Amino acid sequence: MRDQAAIVGIGQTEFSKESGRTELQLACESVLAAITDAGLTPANVDGLVTFTLDTSEEMEVARNVGIPSLSMFARIPYGGGASAGTVMQAAMAVATGVADVVVCYRAFNERSGMRFGNIGGAITAMPLWLSWYAPYGLLTPASWVALHAQRYMHEYGVTNEDFGRIAVVDRMHAATNPDAWFYERPITIEDHQASRWIIEPVLRLLDCCQETDGGVALVITSAERARDLPHPPAIITAAAQGATFDGEMMTSYYRDDLTGLPEMGVVADRLWAMSGLTPDDISTAFLYDHFTPFVLMQLEELGFCARGEAKDFATVERLSLGGELPINTSGGLLGEAYIHGMNGITEAVRQIRGTSYNQVDQVEHVLVTAGTGVPTSGLILGAI
Amino acid sequence: MSGSEWSDMSEAPALPERLAPSMTPDTQFFWDGAKEHRLLTQQCSACNRLRHPPRPMCPVCNALDWEAVEASGRGTVFSFVMPRHPQYPWFEPNYIVALVELEEGVRLVTNLVDVTPADVTIGLPVEVRFDEFAGGLVLPMFRPRRAYGEST
Repeated sequence: MRDQAAIVGIGQTEFSKESGRTELQLACESVLAAITDAGLTPANVDGLVTFTLDTSEEMEVARNVGIPSLSMFARIPYGGGASAGTVMQAAMAVATGVADVVVCYRAFNERSGMRFGNIGGAITAMPLWLSWYAPYGLLTPASWVALHAQRYMHEYGVTNEDFGRIAVVDRMHAATNPDAWFYERPITIEDHQASRWIIEPVLRLLDCCQETDGGVALVITSAERARDLPHPPAIITAAAQGATFDGEMMTSYYRDDLTGLPEMGVVADRLWAMSGLTPDDISTAFLYDHFTPFVLMQLEELGFCARGEAKDFATVERLSLGGELPINTSGGLLGEAYIHGMNGITEAVRQIRGTSYNQVDQVEHVLVTAGTGVPTSGLILGAI
Repeated sequence: MSGSEWSDMSEAPALPERLAPSMTPDTQFFWDGAKEHRLLTQQCSACNRLRHPPRPMCPVCNALDWEAVEASGRGTVFSFVMPRHPQYPWFEPNYIVALVELEEGVRLVTNLVDVTPADVTIGLPVEVRFDEFAGGLVLPMFRPRRAYGEST
């Protein structure tokens, strides 16, 4: 699959707190925008991939956009862990000849519609897995992550202020991205430390990503066909999904060691093996940042630094534009928008094309990760 | 979901509410055990390994037979957090959620009670206590372990 397929089109809606239109409309707008960006038409598309959580049916998207027939459709589970996985499925379909042009999409009104943290008020039938947590008040993604991250803090002497530097970096990048919700609104570490506790003593408000209404779509086709299309292709050098033993969706508290993200470890091993690259080869990365602690843990799982060393490695200077490893140059989920990680892939494509608002010099390879603390996925994209 | 309309019908104070777990034939023994104030874990009948949360098959030997065995109720705090936002009607503002590792080696999520947040540390020795809630729900909770001989 290495280098067989490429992302050739990206599309998105505006990122807002209240889109004022249906999730299906957001999906259709972003899918059409991506197809147009690729220099293709709906008639060229024969595959669709989305998240299991997406409410927009493939057939409804096809009916609206005018896609005449589909030879491949797939959905990826586990929330934001699906993002890069959609591209992996698309790349596999293209590499095996199952489909020629596949569109991956994710669109939702996550702020104005059904919010992920709003479990307590909305439960009609308690899911079995949640039955071990809900009676005790562990009800939000923030709380599930924090109980895990607290153990990481304990074992490696990590503080909440260490997490705050990730928020500062993301908001710095968002401040110069006009598409970002937090455009022109950077924060300082003092702002972070003054923000209220959401889950004490792990997550403050500014450790938690925002919620967003919006949609993002990506067009994948063969690397060969990509040569004839208008934009420089983002070659899919490596793509992987990962899950590991004794995990749950987002409450994997039963493994011996809770200081890592073993699902991301599986993804990392496969990405490096498939690409033949090492962390030193990565020009810039999008590290899924729904909650800041897991960005530090990802740096360790991916091999950018050793176990327990991310708190020292993750300086604002190193991780921001001009540094050794600029991350989340669009502002990430914290600063730009929370489109379940799909907006990290669009930013990676812009970095390859040279069109980011926060362009890194001489980009060759971009790493993208999907949701953490869940079964997940990742990509390495490359320039030709 | 207020119990207030019923409160006049009995002299006993209304029990507090909690979100109730759903159950399947794989998990019901745990909640039934709590009603009898017994902390039960699932033990593989073939290889004797414990597992929690309960599930139908042993991942090591693939046996389907298992027994519910009573745990000592003693353990230590493996991790803990204090959810502050959003606030829920079912919890006091300073509630503590803990991941407790039992002496037998399995972990479970619970609340810490009879302790202030400032006194909670990872590694704190704790013991089970059973609290009753509305609708017949009984939840295993944990409190700091009392020294030997200390009255309960």
